[in-house]
Amino acid sequence: MAIDATEVPDLVERMPAFPQGVTKVLDLASRPDCAPKALVQVIEHDPVMTMKVLKLVNSAYFGLSRPINSINHGVVYVGINTIKNLALSIAAIGMLPKSNKAGLDMNQFLAHSLGVASVAKLLATHLGVPDKDATDFFVAGLLHDFGKVVLAQFKPEVFRLCLDQAAEQQRSLHEVELESQGISHDEIGGRLAEVWKLPPSLAHAIHHHHHPERGPEDDGEGMCEAVFAANQIVRSLGFGDAGNPVIAEFPPLVSERFGTDLSGLMSILGDLSGEMEKARLFTQL
Amino acid sequence: MHFKFWGVRGSIPAPGPQTVHYGGNTTCIEVRGDNNELLILDGGTGIFPLGQSLIPEFPLKLHIFITHTHWDHIQGLPMFLPIFIPGNEVTIHGAADPITQRDIGEVLARQMEYAYFPVREAELNASMRYLNIQEGQSVQVGGVNVRSMLLNHPVLNFGYRVECGGKVFVFTGDHEWPFNIYNEDDPDYADYQQMVDEQCSRVVEFFRDADVLVIDTAYTDAEYPSRKGWGHGTFGSSIEAAREAGVRRVFLTHHEPTRSDAALELAFDEARSSHDVGRERDPQFDLAREGVLIEI
Ligand SMILES: [Zn+2]
Ligand SMILES: [Zn+2]
Repeated sequence: MAIDATEVPDLVERMPAFPQGVTKVLDLASRPDCAPKALVQVIEHDPVMTMKVLKLVNSAYFGLSRPINSINHGVVYVGINTIKNLALSIAAIGMLPKSNKAGLDMNQFLAHSLGVASVAKLLATHLGVPDKDATDFFVAGLLHDFGKVVLAQFKPEVFRLCLDQAAEQQRSLHEVELESQGISHDEIGGRLAEVWKLPPSLAHAIHHHHHPERGPEDDGEGMCEAVFAANQIVRSLGFGDAGNPVIAEFPPLVSERFGTDLSGLMSILGDLSGEMEKARLFTQL
Repeated sequence: MHFKFWGVRGSIPAPGPQTVHYGGNTTCIEVRGDNNELLILDGGTGIFPLGQSLIPEFPLKLHIFITHTHWDHIQGLPMFLPIFIPGNEVTIHGAADPITQRDIGEVLARQMEYAYFPVREAELNASMRYLNIQEGQSVQVGGVNVRSMLLNHPVLNFGYRVECGGKVFVFTGDHEWPFNIYNEDDPDYADYQQMVDEQCSRVVEFFRDADVLVIDTAYTDAEYPSRKGWGHGTFGSSIEAAREAGVRRVFLTHHEPTRSDAALELAFDEARSSHDVGRERDPQFDLAREGVLIEI
């Protein structure tokens, strides 16, 4: 049961955002004294809103001469009111249902995405990436599994089989997906990011988050490796769940980047419960 | 190149004895290239008298550049005589609406729908053309080049840099200098400030060495704090930016509809003294005034 990747962008146009983000955007936008930073905070903690806002500000409608890689960056270029109205137009589509036929728990999924986002940003700082670029790592972490939302929404039957099979056989979800649908969530997310002209480093980090070694070599500051590592760390902590039962060891590229393996890196980072608690706050309604 | 102000008022027309000197029409500027190319910047109510003045030149080719589609910048368009006369060729340039994904032509056609106006866009007799503008895009009209830049306003707003025969004329449309949305103790403050500073210097570069800069100066420095985020500049911000960009001559525009001629001059005088205008190498600052024609 293969998936036609070319139809995905159109499907996603009509895809709603997470209930947490939608509720908060509608609430904030109805207040005359809505603080811009509060609005930005809501958007940047919702993978669907973030993806769609980045898609729009990087689209021909704006025709901006440079790629926009974060919501803040978008606000500086196109203004807070335009971003607010974009968010409202996304909120107007509705909300993602909490449960779907695929059996992917959207609250757990959101927790996973936010956890990976936070840890990817920590890792950016750990790698000596300047603060302003560390935000890009957060965005990459938040969006890395976007393809799964697409699958859960539009191919729930086949995605459910993949989730079940991965759980039963304790195999990597993306490998099972590849086998049964001919394309895996990382590629779906990466292709969307590419089609929508998101910054190339972001598109690569999404596309290759299970296999950083397959990404382009000059990927800059290690965004893809950081997302890979953050993904394993957050799952080792048992924070959230996006359906993959396997925690992978670092491939050589990743351990070279961090100078250590998964458990080594985790002990360097120390106690992450504070970070995870902050992420958890954004999964509450 | 020369230009003439046909409307300098912001937000809503303000006719009456209190505003008769600077004028009550909303934004419209006529720009003529060295070969008499006709460019019109914005279609506020000032475009109505401009349209009447063009009758002797019919049939006519003209280009209208819309900075943004707030009422005060488009409200005169349905009453612009040249669009009703066969033989005229009118090209309108402006931003598409990214929220509804409508082209500039569709956005403007809506104000001519049945409920708002008796003549539908489809019934206009001139040959009409609509072109979406993108940031950084250059449009050539005869010997005149127009380059656009996205400026900060509550809707997409393009500033236009018009160049002809080595002379440069810049119009901002409506523009508020971007500001930091975070408090100094927020973790995002420093990064955001860096992006704001970069964007401000890009805007200053867009103004760089202009012979004439026409700039949104709606508010006094004292009024600004209560109107922050509304999308307009101040006397202070306009004066400092023009200095930084090495502009020769500056016209302050988008006058508040509630500001009488006397109050406007008072505000201008106060700004001049508080910002020490008139120092060496300062640009020449004036209030934009309806009916004034300037040779560049
Ligand atoms: Zn205006
Ligand atoms: Zn406006």
